[in-house]
Amino acid sequence: MNAPSWTTVLFWFFAAGGVITGYRVFRADSMVRAAFFLLASFAATGGLLVLLGAEFLGMVLILMMAGEMLVMAIIMVMYMMNPAGLNPMFMVHQHRTSVIAAVASFLALAVLPFVITLPARANPRPVAATAQLGTELLGDSMLVFQTAGVTLLATIVGTVALTSRRGRYGDAEEGSKEPPLEEEAMESP
Amino acid sequence: MNLQAVLVVAAALFAIGVYGALSQQSLVMLIMGLEMMINAGILAAVGFWSLAAGGNPQGEMLVIMFMTVMAVEMALGFSLITNVYRIRRADITEKLRRLRE
Repeated sequence: MNAPSWTTVLFWFFAAGGVITGYRVFRADSMVRAAFFLLASFAATGGLLVLLGAEFLGMVLILMMAGEMLVMAIIMVMYMMNPAGLNPMFMVHQHRTSVIAAVASFLALAVLPFVITLPARANPRPVAATAQLGTELLGDSMLVFQTAGVTLLATIVGTVALTSRRGRYGDAEEGSKEPPLEEEAMESP
Repeated sequence: MNLQAVLVVAAALFAIGVYGALSQQSLVMLIMGLEMMINAGILAAVGFWSLAAGGNPQGEMLVIMFMTVMAVEMALGFSLITNVYRIRRADITEKLRRLRE
């Protein structure tokens, strides 16, 4: 058996890093730290994408997620209690069900590749993936690309409409009520 | 590095995402779980594109659509969280028992 190539080593490095930091997201005491763990997980996935030959997509994923996670960290500091992680935090519900669902989905998805016959037509190496993607984006798949752009534009409009305080239907806080200072009783529906 | 290994890693990420989306009380952490599931989808799609699709660039288009969905989901999720926080002063799912009050 020959020594593992550097792509194999890097692959397992990124894979283990992505999964471990992904797990740490939901075990971190601070939500800001959780956001940065998620960013690390995404960066590892971006590394895997680059290893798989999708350099452009991997880099886009990392850049996009860097921005998203910074926004997420700011949102955390704005809204959440205990953003600094000074106290241990474990805010979960239906824990058993979640663990069972996660393990079941992992087993189902991880066993599947070994029991079915996967197509094995690897990309020709070297493949100019970025140039091909550019041609595809501005060629045959332009409609798809434009649809994605219009979807993002609609998202911008929808987000502004949802978060503006005064809208077409009056003040956003009209009819809302301040919560009581003491812990409100959880009544069952 | 073969397709099975990529898919197993994607399955692990997806399972962590399922756990997060189902178990977290905080709305933002819930969104993190959803993002991680889409991330697993991206990884699996690129794995298929790279190792099973023979270099068809339309596979990468699919991944770009995944990324669009990710951005849309996060932006709309955050605007909804902002609204919920403004109206109910709530940031966890348990406080949203009733849709209308």
